[in-house]
Amino acid sequence: MTTVSPVAPAPAATDGARPTSRRAWGLLVLAGVIAVLAVLSIAVGSRAMGLGEVWTGLTDPASDAHTVVTQMRLPRTALGLAAGAALGLAGALMQAMTRNPLADPGLLGVNTGAAAAVVTAAYFFGFASFTQTIGFAFAGAAIAAVGCYLIAGAASATPARLALAGAAVTAAGYAYVSAVQILDAATLEQMRFWSVGSLVNAPTTPVLPVVILIAVAAIAGLVLARPLNALALGDATATGLGVDPRVLRVAGIAAITVLAGTATAVCGPIVFVGLVVPHVVRAFTGPDQNWVLPYSALTGAAFLLAADVLGRVIARPAEVQVGIVCAVAGGPFFLYLISRRRVASL
Amino acid sequence: MTDSLSPLAARNATLGYGRVAISEGLDVDIPEGEFTVILGPNACGKSTLLKALARMLKPSAGQVLLDGKDIHSQPTRAVARRLGLLPQSPIAPDGITVADLVARGRYPHQGILRQWSAEDEKVVAEAMAATDVTELASRGVDELSGGQRQRVWIAMVLAQQTPLLLLDEPTTYLDITHQIEVLDLCAKLHREGQTLVAVLHDLNQAARYATHLIAMRDGAIVAEGAPVEILTAATVEKIFDLPCRIIDDPETGTPLVIPRAGPRDL
Repeated sequence: MTTVSPVAPAPAATDGARPTSRRAWGLLVLAGVIAVLAVLSIAVGSRAMGLGEVWTGLTDPASDAHTVVTQMRLPRTALGLAAGAALGLAGALMQAMTRNPLADPGLLGVNTGAAAAVVTAAYFFGFASFTQTIGFAFAGAAIAAVGCYLIAGAASATPARLALAGAAVTAAGYAYVSAVQILDAATLEQMRFWSVGSLVNAPTTPVLPVVILIAVAAIAGLVLARPLNALALGDATATGLGVDPRVLRVAGIAAITVLAGTATAVCGPIVFVGLVVPHVVRAFTGPDQNWVLPYSALTGAAFLLAADVLGRVIARPAEVQVGIVCAVAGGPFFLYLISRRRVASL
Repeated sequence: MTDSLSPLAARNATLGYGRVAISEGLDVDIPEGEFTVILGPNACGKSTLLKALARMLKPSAGQVLLDGKDIHSQPTRAVARRLGLLPQSPIAPDGITVADLVARGRYPHQGILRQWSAEDEKVVAEAMAATDVTELASRGVDELSGGQRQRVWIAMVLAQQTPLLLLDEPTTYLDITHQIEVLDLCAKLHREGQTLVAVLHDLNQAARYATHLIAMRDGAIVAEGAPVEILTAATVEKIFDLPCRIIDDPETGTPLVIPRAGPRDL
């Protein structure tokens, strides 16, 4: 470092427009919103409950509400939060890693990979159990993501090549899924609910393993914030700062695959959460990944849970699948994003 | 010059992309405390050499030595504390402020357990003062002029606190005023003890600002040394195929290359 005359401590690092305290308070507010949504998610359904009933249902095993609360609503709420957080974080990681503001986890072929695996299982092996479907979906997501990475040139994968490989794998996967579904009506019927994205299967889902898997991958993803901040300055600058972009991409793809793969396996392909949530978040936090990543996880959780609660309310006593609510809410927002002056470059 | 004197060197290095070799058996020493400028015609391998020195390109044969040890055998973060790099077109994320961008230069000094410290804060403030961008601290990088932006990027690499600084064509997209501004800043850093290596296009700017020149052609080093010693009409013609005269720069006394008038101009 050069010798320079001492200067008054400038407001370095704490960027003036977005003080750290505002962003820290925002996290607290977000946590509060999630708590309220969680209570709503337990109370709202084909059988609505008051707060008192929710409380006795949670605490008193002998009460009427106990079964509904602990066997159905609680797992559903936990899964909704976990899947939402996973999708929000996976989207933010994907956009940071590819420096592409329009990237989402689906771009790694995770959704189609899972769908192709589920369709294969349903058609060729006739699997019906939801737990078996989860295994297949997860394997399919992982294979598609690794496939994309290899097609993109493995260690020499650039953001553009990753996006192209993802688009190719997605197109091929969709063609395969459609072909099988057209050939076989039974498979189509079986996949109908899975493929729109739904949390109705929550009671039969192994909740704890799913939550643990997502939590571990989320921690791994959050640790990448700082090297991703370096990568945001370009591959060359990142190298100069001591980040190996190839190693970082492998770590990022691994985290995204587990996050998005698990979420997709459990609730089917839910679109727009991974794409839209990081955009909303960046408008508030600015480009620092140390804030973008945790905010995206929490906002994703809140968004998905809110969509699920809404889906249970708007068509009572029937339900609208959470994937449809997300797409209906996310679609117009996405159109708004791309029609706006210009999409923020990363 | 021996390895112990040169903090950064290439030994018998073959450089290229894929199977295409651009340089073979290259030996280069970057002298400590000098402002070294690598120059030469387009596609002469000067940017390739800089990339290799910055460990962005691994020699297919031979070595790049940092402090006498193979640069690729050292952890990349450790290298980043010795050697800073400003690439030709770095990317500023949308909406980032000057202070935040400069702060990202602290990356190699941080760890999972070593978070942002008062020391980081101080270094970032000093880097902004040295490049005269302190007043811009809370401004968005995308609002700045080209020259201001380049000074901010230089502040970012200064915040990295490395004894060696590599700049890949730092003046390329700037108008003449901002080119001089950036080169004056480099000269100031050099006077203050920083070792600099830059790739430059402009012969006369190189002659004026460099204290050590490496002239390349077709992947090989044609001449090396102080500008006054090596910038002769014969050398320039050998490097650029350009008939010229050399006069003294009336401002600085450094060599000034004047291309000869062709038949068309007479």
